[in-house]
Amino acid sequence: MRYHTPTTFEDAAQLAAQAKGLTRFLAGGTDVLVQLRAGMVQPDDLIDLKKIAGVSEITRTDDGGWRIGVAVPGIALGAHEGLCADWPGVVEGMELVGSTQIQGRATLTGNLCNGSPAADSVPGLVAAGASVEITGPGGTRTLPVEDVPVSPGKTALKAGELISAILLPPRGENAGDAYLRFIPRTEMDIAVVGSAVSLRLDGDTVTEARVALGAVAPTVKLVPEAADAIIGTTLDEPALEALAKVASAACSPIDDKRGTVAFRTEVAGVLTKRAALIAKARAKGDTA
Amino acid sequence: MSKVHVTTSVNGDEVEFLADPRETLLDCLRDHIGLTGSKEGCGTGDCGACSVTLDGTLVCSCLVLGVEADGKRVETIEGMADGAELHPLQRKFIEHAALQCGFCTPGILVAAKKLLETNPNPTEEEVRYWLAGNLCRCTGYDKIIRAVMDAAAELRQEAA
Repeated sequence: MRYHTPTTFEDAAQLAAQAKGLTRFLAGGTDVLVQLRAGMVQPDDLIDLKKIAGVSEITRTDDGGWRIGVAVPGIALGAHEGLCADWPGVVEGMELVGSTQIQGRATLTGNLCNGSPAADSVPGLVAAGASVEITGPGGTRTLPVEDVPVSPGKTALKAGELISAILLPPRGENAGDAYLRFIPRTEMDIAVVGSAVSLRLDGDTVTEARVALGAVAPTVKLVPEAADAIIGTTLDEPALEALAKVASAACSPIDDKRGTVAFRTEVAGVLTKRAALIAKARAKGDTA
Repeated sequence: MSKVHVTTSVNGDEVEFLADPRETLLDCLRDHIGLTGSKEGCGTGDCGACSVTLDGTLVCSCLVLGVEADGKRVETIEGMADGAELHPLQRKFIEHAALQCGFCTPGILVAAKKLLETNPNPTEEEVRYWLAGNLCRCTGYDKIIRAVMDAAAELRQEAA
């Protein structure tokens, strides 16, 4: 295995495009090293991205959004007051990934590129309307986060392409987001269901919303019909019931040791209702 | 396989070694530097027995490559006591009998030290969540939590 430490994303993309064998990019390494050690993936070229300037930084963009470097670990998201104030749902999703030790290394970009349908940080990004900047041999492009995973373990990135930043839009006024997941214990587990809601209010009425579900389909998915169920409502009981119904209807989960199809489908509705209420409270200034 | 020359600081001492790029920091600490206090329990970042700090951040050294430690600052269990003087956490672990086989103990001590540096006055719940990535199959955790709370109180110079 050759170990590379490029200093620009363009160089990293060139290295990957020219590589003859198997290539892996290394940021936090909490998935790549496990695969390497287990012998599941034995790369010929390992491209460490942490020597590229800016990869460990969280910066405010000109439009008032955020640019999150590909090597920013979970612990740095939680420690960033401005980001936590704008996008608490995105931060709490990432903070649910693994232990304190894992939080010291694991990244949003890695969680996304690992392509798990149960990735805890991804529904929050999708609900937030986040996108990724992709650098490839032919230049850069941006892609909405919901279009990155295409099937379990697979992404829309082409050969030689890599994510060079995660971009969050400006939060704006009277808005909030939240992520909830169900696991059978309190910590250190993989989501059985995950649900993220981001919304904006005018008074008590929802004017904009995005809802994303995790672990209930082959990829994390945006559920526009769930957003439609609450836009124009005050999240009163009928609106919440309608939200739960469409969220459950959007599920196409598998049965496995962590949860049955029926359980996941029902819980997706319940969690989505609860996440919507937390997002609403945050939009009204609740900082919990 | 070409080896990579790595220069790093371990417990304040400058250390150099040649690493196969596939070797983890844990392998390098144990096999190249001879610091065998950090243990390999799972090798997949689940058990925390290999916990060290890397530039001040708590990590599993089994999930860091040795070559990634180049130019960084590594702190391990071997740097915890001051000569013959045990760190208060180490003393409290003995007082409370917070270990049996001892395999998880180095990782738990390193993790608990980082907790008390980050939060000198944690609640029991905060201690339990912080240490959720450190598995112990002997103690049932209760004595560990009590030892950490007691050490925290001593470090704050309060009677527990």
